[in-house]
Amino acid sequence: MTALAARRRHPLATVVLVLLGLVVTGAAYAALLPGRAQATDAVSGDVEAGRKVFLANCSTCHGLNAEGRNNAPSLIGVGAASVDFQVGTGRMPLQQSGPQAPKSNRELDEDEVRQVAAYIASLAPGPSIPTSEQYSSEGGDVSRGGLIFRTNCAMCHNFAGKGGALTRGKFAPNLTGVDPKYVYEAMVSGPQSMPVFNDQVIDPQAKRDVIAYLKTIEEAPSPGGLALGSIGPVSEGLVAWAVGLLALIGCAVWLGTKSS
Amino acid sequence: MSTHDANGPTGETGLERHGDGHGGLATHEEAQVPERFENPGLPQHQHRVSDVDARAAKRAERQVAAMFGLSALGTIVTIVAYYAVQLDEEVSFDTYLGRVQLSNFLLGVGLFLALFFIGAGAIHWAKTLMPDDERVEYRHLQRGTEETRADAVRILQEGADESGLGRRPLLRNTLLGALALIPLPAVILLRDTGPLPEKALSTTFWKAGTRLTLDPTGEPLKAEDLTIGSIAHIMPEGIEEAEHPLNERAKAAVLVMRLNPDDLASESEDGSYSGIVAYSKICTHMGCPVALYEQQTHHLLCPCHQSTFDLTQNCKVIFGPAKRPLPQLPITVDDEGYLVAKEGFSQAVGPSFWERG
Amino acid sequence: MSTTTTGKVAASTGNFLDERIGASKLVKAGARKIFPDHWSFMLGEVALYSFVILILTGTFLTFFYVPSVGHTTYEGVYEPLRGQTVSEAYASTVRLSFDIRGGLLMRQIHHWSALIFVAAISVHMFRVFFTGAFRKPRELNWVIGSLLVLLAVFEGYFGYSLPDDLLSGTGLRIMSGIILSIPVVGSYVHFFVFGGEFPGDEFIPRLFTIHILLIPGIMVALITAHLFLVVLHKHSQYPGPGRTNDNVVGYPFYPVYTAKAGGFFFIVFGVTTLMAALFTINPIWAYGSYDPSPVTAGSQPDWYMGFMDGAVRLTPGFFELHFLGYSLSLNIVIPALLIPGIITNLLILYPWIEAWATGDRREHHLLDRPRNAPTRTGLGVMAITFYLCLFLGGGNDIIATHLGLSINDITNTLRFLLFALPPLAYVVTKRICLGLQRSDREKVLHGRETGRVFRTEDGEVFELHEELTPQARWVLVQHDAVRPLALDDGEDEAGVRRPGSRFDGIRRRISRFYFEDRVEPVTPAELAAAHHEHGAHEAIEAEEERPALPSGQA
Repeated sequence: MTALAARRRHPLATVVLVLLGLVVTGAAYAALLPGRAQATDAVSGDVEAGRKVFLANCSTCHGLNAEGRNNAPSLIGVGAASVDFQVGTGRMPLQQSGPQAPKSNRELDEDEVRQVAAYIASLAPGPSIPTSEQYSSEGGDVSRGGLIFRTNCAMCHNFAGKGGALTRGKFAPNLTGVDPKYVYEAMVSGPQSMPVFNDQVIDPQAKRDVIAYLKTIEEAPSPGGLALGSIGPVSEGLVAWAVGLLALIGCAVWLGTKSS
Repeated sequence: MSTHDANGPTGETGLERHGDGHGGLATHEEAQVPERFENPGLPQHQHRVSDVDARAAKRAERQVAAMFGLSALGTIVTIVAYYAVQLDEEVSFDTYLGRVQLSNFLLGVGLFLALFFIGAGAIHWAKTLMPDDERVEYRHLQRGTEETRADAVRILQEGADESGLGRRPLLRNTLLGALALIPLPAVILLRDTGPLPEKALSTTFWKAGTRLTLDPTGEPLKAEDLTIGSIAHIMPEGIEEAEHPLNERAKAAVLVMRLNPDDLASESEDGSYSGIVAYSKICTHMGCPVALYEQQTHHLLCPCHQSTFDLTQNCKVIFGPAKRPLPQLPITVDDEGYLVAKEGFSQAVGPSFWERG
Repeated sequence: MSTTTTGKVAASTGNFLDERIGASKLVKAGARKIFPDHWSFMLGEVALYSFVILILTGTFLTFFYVPSVGHTTYEGVYEPLRGQTVSEAYASTVRLSFDIRGGLLMRQIHHWSALIFVAAISVHMFRVFFTGAFRKPRELNWVIGSLLVLLAVFEGYFGYSLPDDLLSGTGLRIMSGIILSIPVVGSYVHFFVFGGEFPGDEFIPRLFTIHILLIPGIMVALITAHLFLVVLHKHSQYPGPGRTNDNVVGYPFYPVYTAKAGGFFFIVFGVTTLMAALFTINPIWAYGSYDPSPVTAGSQPDWYMGFMDGAVRLTPGFFELHFLGYSLSLNIVIPALLIPGIITNLLILYPWIEAWATGDRREHHLLDRPRNAPTRTGLGVMAITFYLCLFLGGGNDIIATHLGLSINDITNTLRFLLFALPPLAYVVTKRICLGLQRSDREKVLHGRETGRVFRTEDGEVFELHEELTPQARWVLVQHDAVRPLALDDGEDEAGVRRPGSRFDGIRRRISRFYFEDRVEPVTPAELAAAHHEHGAHEAIEAEEERPALPSGQA
């Protein structure tokens, strides 16, 4: 018999078979999966192309004219910033229902995001996508940003921007690694549970300060050692028991056992 | 209720007692069998390898010495690190924090080595080289012998007689009286540790006409600055000039939000302005800022103990340990369009207290 | 007399001390005191050494910390704070962390040590409880220990509130709310404690005095008394061959325990230092200075106060009563004052409760194996379960975000579990203990299962058991068979009541609750009877040198 057949009863044979099956199935699925809805080449520019993208990906929930249906709110007046945020971070199109729409891998590509944002912006005036000067952390006052962040943001997102709990399974997400553009857009558009921090309440300079603060604390090393998630006394207590006390009990056991 | 273990699988009988059972089964053997097992005495001493083998003992000695040496190394590392990583130079922020981290790490690891291996060495020494034959010490009852106890009683009685306390009730009573009074100054002297509360807990910095300003920047707010779904964290104008700004802030913190006027409860309409409402930010449970605003559900959540207040029901409590709703600050606009308080709070803000009402 | 220099110095020092304080008598009495060896006896030492570490590092901290809430503008190295108005306390702590070499390390050792201190006390307390080491004559030591754990918890709370940062300040706000909730005098007590309204200017300096002077002073006195009693009573020991209630078997203090226990101090210090080197704790620079307006998500106290935070989170709001112009905040009084108060009192009184149930007046120096005291062990596990339900409640928002659950569901579930789990835990634990005791009996009566199966020519199949050696057997049979108290009517022939007999009914019921379900230790008579039944097997077991039959598979 062949070498392969001779190993047919090998203990790992089952494992190999299962793995093979998974790989084949996965590859076939990926190969045969229908592509994303392609916007037809825009003849009349972004707004028209955006309308097509919208109809293909968003209208099922948000209505044919973005007027909103059931749980999906109206998009009239939310502005390009809102769309760029929601679709750019992959929160929309909504993958599955739950307490809220979480960040996920982007489904629509950059062009489509731009187009559908232009379309929504054309429906009614709303916050526009910020320019790179607006969301740049250059020229932001880190200290002032910290003060503003602590008063307006830390109660949901935690002092280090690591996120926090809201009611009924909703949550304010972790801000680490978030593109400053999205931070700006979130403040200005108030996505989902987050309230709106428009430019009169937190003016553009203040927004820049907040972004500068976030980037500074994100990039700064943690002076005391491992930051343990920056969630405060809960992780510290866990480490005290699971590392400290455990190690000391281990040493005590060593101390008390008779030497060989 | 009581458990029985009736005849088990191997046939043992009646081995569990209730109430007043007697011990022991009737068996063939007679009273030679003791009622309980006897202590077999200390087990035979087992020698360690270092007791028997001189080379093993020498090896253990070297191990202990190595540990002490490692400790000395750790001390040197600590001292070197202390001087090597300077914290007084002008460098960029990230570099500076990196230095602090490095200094903390090196000093800490050095000290760890220094401390831990003195201990480990001493313990290893005791375990491998010091004699480990078990020794026995005998206990004595804590209580004294009958004679000692009798003596003690006699001494106490004699002493009591000699003091005369028993025979002289005047002495005893005045002594008790004086002793009962003497703690009082200790309590009275604490009176000036603080003023009396009076009306302090029920008044805040808000008066009629006080402008709403943004926290922490201090700018005033116009009604049209707020869109539906937005929130602003507010302090009264001029609070930084108060005598005790933090004390005032702890009562005067306010949240201002704008809703669709139809969504407001009827009780909150009087104090609202075109859908804009202002509520105390200080939780009526234990005083944390109720700062989390869920724009879509119109819920205010306190992060400390998860009390949840519904903005569309005049901030009534809908979950959690709070009882009272958040007090509303009635607002209106002044002639320049800035949001101002119509009047102060009509009730005390923050946690409940006995005389609050 | 010795001729070496060291010898001469030692001799003259010894002489100096002997002539002034009778050192030779101390040496004779104390140097060879015997201590038993078991790792679980080291837990109290972890606590003791942590206390010493706290004092050493804490002293360093006081050289730099400024106990004042006076305003200052921070102009130090930490950019995100620059230009902000902060308190002197906060600014000095940030400066200590960033500008002083070793400052951050000392702060972190101090804080990690505090967490380990309370953790070690707790585990030590569990060991003492579950082994019955609180019984006579050690009840006083148990009371001292209970007071120490209380003081340790408050000491830690006050300590981490000193830097006046956002997180600890929020915690002080909670204390303000608790004090206000005290019926009738709440607002007055608050104004005396805080020197006025919250936060006031007086509180941080007062906390400083309490934290570095008052509580440590009381704790030093209590710890000294605690250790003195351990030496006076001699340490208890686990049962074993050669160990009786009237002796202590172990090793001498000098030199073995001088080395082991002294070395362990360095171990504890070293491990704590390593944690401070590797893990950030209490990054107050990131929290910001305390202000009553902002707050961070995930506001929790340090772990040892977590159960109180959880109790407060779980208590619903309808407990607060309003009547006749007064407010009675039972929603705070119950979880924050009443429950901790009841737990503390039960803790302190427990030795007397159990002693009343047993009627036992003897001294106990041999520890119980927890399985041999099933009701006590069950009650202990029940109490720990209750505590854990409260403790988990304190972290409900962190649990929610990390496990993707709803805080409302977690809170409601814990409200239910708080009452459902502890009795269940009691029953399960007690049954496990009784089961273990039965398995001990089996082992004594029938020997250890060797795993070797024997088949006779008649086709009978049985497993060979190896009888326990007297040493191994002793541990399983040495405990007392405690029976419920048999109390009579309490009256004599003339119908005169015995004093104290009014409570006999309750006492009998408690005694039965403790001891009715029990498994008694094997007696020699029972073992002999068991041997009789095994007659046939014994003959075969005596021949167990016979080789095993070859197995049938190729």
